Amino acid sequence: MAYSDKVLDHYENPRNVGVMDKDAPNVGPGMVGAPACGDVMRLQIQVSEDGVIEDAKFKTYGCGSAIASSSLVTEMVKGKTLDEVAEIRNAHIAEELALPPVKIHCSVLAEDAIAAAIADIRAKRDAQASEKSAASA
Amino acid sequence: MSSLNIPIYLDYSATTPVDERVAKAMAECLTLQGNFGNPASRSHPFGWKAEEAVENARRNVATLIGAVPKEIVWTSGATESDNLAIKGAALFNQKKGKHIITMKTEHKAVLDTCRQLERDGFEVTYMDPLENGLLDLDAFKKEIREDTTVVSIMHVNNEIGVIQDIAAIGAITREKGIIFHVDAAQSPGKVAINVDEMNVDLMSLCAHKVYGPKGIGALYVRRKPRIRIEAQIHGGGHERGMRSGTLPTHQIVGMGESFRIAHEEMEAENERMRSLRNRLWDGVKDMEEIYLNGDLEQRIPGNLNISFNFVEGESLIMSLKDIAVSSGSACTSASLEPSYVLRAIGRNDELAHSSIRFTMGRFSTEEEVDFTIVKVREAVEKLRALSPLWDMHKEGIDLDSVEWAHH
Repeated sequence: MAYSDKVLDHYENPRNVGVMDKDAPNVGPGMVGAPACGDVMRLQIQVSEDGVIEDAKFKTYGCGSAIASSSLVTEMVKGKTLDEVAEIRNAHIAEELALPPVKIHCSVLAEDAIAAAIADIRAKRDAQASEKSAASA
Repeated sequence: MSSLNIPIYLDYSATTPVDERVAKAMAECLTLQGNFGNPASRSHPFGWKAEEAVENARRNVATLIGAVPKEIVWTSGATESDNLAIKGAALFNQKKGKHIITMKTEHKAVLDTCRQLERDGFEVTYMDPLENGLLDLDAFKKEIREDTTVVSIMHVNNEIGVIQDIAAIGAITREKGIIFHVDAAQSPGKVAINVDEMNVDLMSLCAHKVYGPKGIGALYVRRKPRIRIEAQIHGGGHERGMRSGTLPTHQIVGMGESFRIAHEEMEAENERMRSLRNRLWDGVKDMEEIYLNGDLEQRIPGNLNISFNFVEGESLIMSLKDIAVSSGSACTSASLEPSYVLRAIGRNDELAHSSIRFTMGRFSTEEEVDFTIVKVREAVEKLRALSPLWDMHKEGIDLDSVEWAHH
C-alpha cells in the first residue's frame, strides 16, 4: 500500500512525542485502543485555567497511519479550547492525511483519544471544583 | 555498502525472482524460431518437439522428489494442486468415508478447500500444532477414525518455515490405508524430498518459490499403490484426464529447469542460507523482548520469523522501507486479522501483530543481511520510543492486567 506524503511526513517526523505527568491537575491523558487490536494511542493535553490547550503530547503503538493520526492531532488541538477541540471529527483527520478507507479506523481512534483526554481533564476539574466548594462551605 | 541494491529483497517465501538460466530456457519456447508447438499435436514435429521438452521437464520435477515422471500432473500452481488433491481424493473416496484431517497452520489453499468440502457434507478435523509449530503425532493418531480418507499436512510452513516430520506422518497414514497429501510449495530445493521413503500419496508443488515462473505447478499422484482422484477441470483429457488444458510449454520448461537447478545446488545453497540466517539472528537476538516464532532446528535455513514486542508490524515495515519483508500484522493482511499461524502456535494477538518474516534466498548477500541488522535495530528503537506499551512495560506494568477498550 502506498502512503500519502502527509502520512509519511508525520510518521518520519512525528510531532510532540512525549509524556506528561498524568497525575498533574492540568493534564488530561486519553488512552484508547488495545494491543490485541494492533493499536493503542495515548494523547495527553495540558489545559490552562481558562480551558485552552497549551500543550499536547502523544505516544502510539500502531501502524503508520495510526502514528500519523495521533501526531496530527497533537498539532490540531494546541491553542484551541476544549469546546473547539471536542468538535474535531475523524473525517477531518482522515481528509487531512488522505487516509485510504482501510485506515479510517485510525482516525476514529484519534477522535476517541481526544474525547478521552477531554473527559479526563473535565472529570479532574469537576473533582477539584467540588473539593474547593466543600472546603469553602 | 555501495554494492547494495536498494530495496533489498528478503521475502523469498512470497516468491522468488526467476533464475537467469530458467528465463533463458523459457524464452526459447515462445516464438516462431523457438519451441512454440502444442505438446498435444501428434501430427508434426512442432508438437513432438514441444512434447519432448515437456517430458524432459517432467523428469526433472519427478527426480527432485524421488518419483517417476508418469506420477507428475501439471497444474497452474500449488493452489490448484491442493484443490485437485484434496477435493479429488475426498470426492473419489466418499463412499469409504467423509472425514479429513489437516492442521490449523496450513496454507489457505488447503484450509479453504477443506472449508468448501465441509459445505459439501465432509467433516474436517483441524489439528492444533505444538508450540514449536510441529504436529503432535500422538494427538494426530487419536483423531484418525474409521471414515478418515484424506490427511493433508504441509511440508514447510510458509510463515514460520518449520518442517513437519512427513515420513513419520506417512508411516501412520500408510499403515491405516489413508491417503496422505502434502503441500510442498515451500520445500523443494530446501529440504530433501523422497515420496517413497516418506509414504506420500499426493504432493503439491509450484515453480515460483524455486526460482521458476509463476502460474505453473504440479501434483504428484502416486501410481503404486495407485491413488485415484476426481478431476476438477474437464476438457481435452490432458494429463491422463486428471487436469485438462493445453500444456504451457514455456512455463513447464521453466519449472523443469528450476527444479533441475534446485536439485543440483540444494546442498551448497542450504549451507549458504543457514549461514546468512544465523548471521541475521546473531545480529538481533540480544535485543530486548523479541521472540523467535517456530522451531529453530526443525526449520528451513532461509527463514526467520521474529516478533518485536511493543512494536506494530506494519509500522516496522514502514520504517524498513529499504527492505522488502512481510508481517503477520493484521494491517498488512487483506482480512485485517493477525496471522492465524502465529495465533495457532500460541502467540497472543500482540505478538502476532508485531511479527516480521525475513526470508533469504539465492541472491541474498552478507552485505544485505548486515544492512538489515542495522536498520531493524534502528527502527525498533525508534518505534519503541513512540510506543506507550513500551513505556508501560518499562514501568513494570503487566499489559494483560490492563483493561483495554477493544474496538
